[in-house]
Amino acid sequence: MAQATETLRVPPAAARQNMGPADTALAALTVIAGALVLAAIVMALRVAPDAAGLTPDETAAQRIIYLHVPSAWLSLLAYGVTMIASILYLRSSQRKWDEVALSSAEIGLTFTVATLASGSIWARPAWNTWWTWDPRLTTYTIVFLLYVSYFMLRGAMEDPARRARFAAVYGIFAFLSVPITFFSIRWWRTIHPVLFDAKNFGLSSGMAPVFFFGLAAFTVFYVVLLWHRIRLEQAIDEVEALKEMGGY
Amino acid sequence: MTFLRAVSAITWKDVRAELRTKEILSSVIVFALLCVIIFNFAFELRVPDMKMVAPGIVWVAISFAGTLGLNRAFAIEQDRGSLAGLLLAPIDRSAIYFGKLLSNLLFMLIVEAIMLPLVMIFFNLSLLTGPHLLVIFLGTFGFAAVGTLFSAMAVNTRAREVLLPILLFPVLVPVLVSGVNMTGGLLDGKTLADVASGLQVTVFYDLLFTIVAYLTFDYVVEE
Repeated sequence: MAQATETLRVPPAAARQNMGPADTALAALTVIAGALVLAAIVMALRVAPDAAGLTPDETAAQRIIYLHVPSAWLSLLAYGVTMIASILYLRSSQRKWDEVALSSAEIGLTFTVATLASGSIWARPAWNTWWTWDPRLTTYTIVFLLYVSYFMLRGAMEDPARRARFAAVYGIFAFLSVPITFFSIRWWRTIHPVLFDAKNFGLSSGMAPVFFFGLAAFTVFYVVLLWHRIRLEQAIDEVEALKEMGGY
Repeated sequence: MTFLRAVSAITWKDVRAELRTKEILSSVIVFALLCVIIFNFAFELRVPDMKMVAPGIVWVAISFAGTLGLNRAFAIEQDRGSLAGLLLAPIDRSAIYFGKLLSNLLFMLIVEAIMLPLVMIFFNLSLLTGPHLLVIFLGTFGFAAVGTLFSAMAVNTRAREVLLPILLFPVLVPVLVSGVNMTGGLLDGKTLADVASGLQVTVFYDLLFTIVAYLTFDYVVEE
């Protein structure tokens, strides 16, 4: 019980002056992830061979695949992590799972925007249009909207426990609806012919190592981002607790 | 009280309350009608054959009117505090979900029963065949299954009614896409077998999300 003249007792975490083992590990991993992503970018731009049979514009644009596909894969991985964390939160009511769900959804949404933007930039030279309603793109737009709605739901709720529960329920529905959405739209598209072929992801033998290296680099990048974001969320919680103790 | 009696008690409670006031049905039916008429103005002079846009009009009208009805259904419970009463009753919480699901489904079907003949008259189409009704029923069921759960969530937020369509429509896309395409296919003269893929998607959706809603409803209504 702090008296008026005493300073606030801060939780141990906030008073840490020295880096603990977890902090060192995260710092090291951050440096590694940064180096890997940089290497992946260099390899994508310089090392990977040109694709065959394309115009000069398309040849340059084709290199977007090394950014575009990992972003898409990571966004779906992130949303899957959100669903699993949501289920674990509902079962245990432990705040940490809500932190994981929220952090992963936020990172996933960022990668979703990156995927949509990079895909659109690629489409312009390759298909001569910024956008088309083919099944994959349409489904992916719905995925984007699902997680925008996830954050609108979170923003509309004040009570932290309720917000976490509702977001968890929505996170489960959102991820489960993705495959069903894809199948329903793809079936629709078999009736109305698609104007453009689905992107051809045939990777020549020279491209495959660059591609998979990029995929691995981005996955490490995701883990680092997630870890940092969870720590940020924990810091936010500590600030809220401090504010309550101080009577704000 | 057995589970089925609890469910039917809740459904009948909603039906009886609605019969007395008719506050949901009247506004939703009028809204659905207005939707259809406005779409007529939106398309008529630019579209060669209204049959082309009729499936979309039907399903959009169902979606908008359905959202309106769902909002009212849970808002009434909230405003009068009767949800707390339901939660205190010695029944399985999921009975509340199924009871509300059935009453919402019933209201939507009544609205559609009035809207569809009018669409038929306005656009000179045949929409009351068996296959059509099956397609519309399956889609409406999916709508009600997910919508009942999400409206229970939306009614507890700051944004209230506005949030329900934001939450609901992205998750509802499979139902809407399949519904529009099945209805369109049937209008074009296809048989139910031709649109079987859409039926599979919708039935799978209905089953999966009813189960998920049943499993998560408890977490949504607990205080």
